[in-house]
Amino acid sequence: MVCNVLEYLERAEKLYPDKPAFGDESGQLTYRQLAQAARRMGSRLAEQGAYREPVAVLIDKDVNTLTAFMGIVYSGCFYVPVDKTLPIERIRTILSVVSSGYLIVKKEDEQLGREFEKETKLLFLEEMFQKSVHQPENLPLLTRIRERHLDTNPLYMIFTSGSTGVPKGVLISHRSVIDMAEQFTKTFQFSSEEVFANQAPFDFDVSVKDIYLTLRNGASMYIVPKSMFVMPKKLAGFFNEKKITTIIWAASALGVAASFRILEKEAPRYLKKIMFSGEVLPMKVLHYWQKHVRDSIYVNLYGPTEITCNCTYYIVDREFSQDQVLPIGKAFPNTEILLFNEENRLAEPGEQGEICVRGSSLALGYYKNKEETEKAFCQNPLHEDYLDMIYRTGDMGYINDRGELVFAARKDHQIKHMGHRIELLEVEASVNAVEEVEKCCCMYDDILGKILLFYQAEKEMEKEIISQLHNKLPKYMCPNVFYRLDKIPENNHGKIDRQRLKQKYMENNK
Amino acid sequence: MEKLMEILKNLRPEVDFNTEKSLIDGGVLDSFDLVSLIGELNEEFEIEISFDDMEPENFNSAEQIYQMIVRLQSEE
Repeated sequence: MVCNVLEYLERAEKLYPDKPAFGDESGQLTYRQLAQAARRMGSRLAEQGAYREPVAVLIDKDVNTLTAFMGIVYSGCFYVPVDKTLPIERIRTILSVVSSGYLIVKKEDEQLGREFEKETKLLFLEEMFQKSVHQPENLPLLTRIRERHLDTNPLYMIFTSGSTGVPKGVLISHRSVIDMAEQFTKTFQFSSEEVFANQAPFDFDVSVKDIYLTLRNGASMYIVPKSMFVMPKKLAGFFNEKKITTIIWAASALGVAASFRILEKEAPRYLKKIMFSGEVLPMKVLHYWQKHVRDSIYVNLYGPTEITCNCTYYIVDREFSQDQVLPIGKAFPNTEILLFNEENRLAEPGEQGEICVRGSSLALGYYKNKEETEKAFCQNPLHEDYLDMIYRTGDMGYINDRGELVFAARKDHQIKHMGHRIELLEVEASVNAVEEVEKCCCMYDDILGKILLFYQAEKEMEKEIISQLHNKLPKYMCPNVFYRLDKIPENNHGKIDRQRLKQKYMENNK
Repeated sequence: MEKLMEILKNLRPEVDFNTEKSLIDGGVLDSFDLVSLIGELNEEFEIEISFDDMEPENFNSAEQIYQMIVRLQSEE
């Protein structure tokens, strides 16, 4: 039984030493190069005394970042990817949750890294996997670490928006990732022939599938440069040049390709599996892809970060009209989906219930956040006979008359915007921190795809709010449209009357 | 130009489009910004920005975007 994701890497190293594992704009790494560099880096980290603790990495979309991840795993620690384009204050908040002993940065990001020297020890990526006689792999040390390993140890931590105003670190174990990789491989028949095109940045759990399905199968993965999604002219050529067979992308990225109509000029010839998640894929985007890439299967994947990528899948097996919605299908093997209604009883077919997940895929909870962990991860309400944890997604779903699970709505104020999962309450908390804002309320216009901010203040404050939010929040979390009100409507309990605000907004924007 | 500036300001309120000269090369605009920008420009100026117009040098500054709009309008 595989207990450590490094077993995947080492198996591939043995079977395909000279095959490219990961590639980016500036080059590629073979399995042997990847494994050796990761062992050197793991040795250096372990020699510092790091063990079973979070190691933050300022990430890029490149192979060095992935080597760093593997090096951290060799040391027995777990990695925490951090997007370096986030506002400094946001990075500081994340690092304070992690309270990590180490932050790994590239030489070119030294200046940014120095900002956090008070909180953490700075290590330079290049120095850690340098190949030199003075810095060989420390195999005895790595072996000792390996012998102590459990598959329930954490592998990585990914941050997600938190409704209290502080982002939450979702902690995922080796076991959960191995479970994901095995079930995906079995369900979709991946092999060493596979070539993945990675779209999602590495602080997004969509990318976890690219990385570990590649390692699991001894396949190859090419990182699509970010610029190709901004000016996607070269994207179609990329598919054929690299002979891409599988893409597992955010639904919004498929949407970008469709909006720019990139497939007309050159259709991808090797693409056989197209999978998407993160948001509901608009039908016109699906139809566009289906028209230009006919020999592929299309798979709608569903699941939050807390259950390790995805818990259900739907292979598109029939035609859909523009006004229909793709189902999210059925549970992966070794995963169970339970729908609980408001009385905490199983929902009847057709009745809406909260989507709850059981299985090895469940996260280890939110790092250093017992309160939020206990809210979402709890005992299966159907019995108290033994420990049986479920994760409550906060998503509402129902079973349609074909027996397929369909996503219906959110239970709370969480939204999906530009592929990101955002708690509107977190945005509100940041706006409320702006002096002179008396009260505020955020809503999402899902037709326009815009975050609306209603705020109560004596004067127009748009400029001040924007400049303060941009120091604190990722730009995708900042409101797009601002409305100043003399008084935000309240209900009898003195709470903001979201319903009435929404009605007013709809009436004004008819 | 005024209409264009308004569209840009609504798109990304925090960016100073009067001075910013590397909207694409500097990574200021992302793919989602571009998708909505192109949709709005096509509609507002009754043009059709095609695949071949998708070059950084058409989008790096408000001035360049404006030049492109004028060119596309005259080609109509």
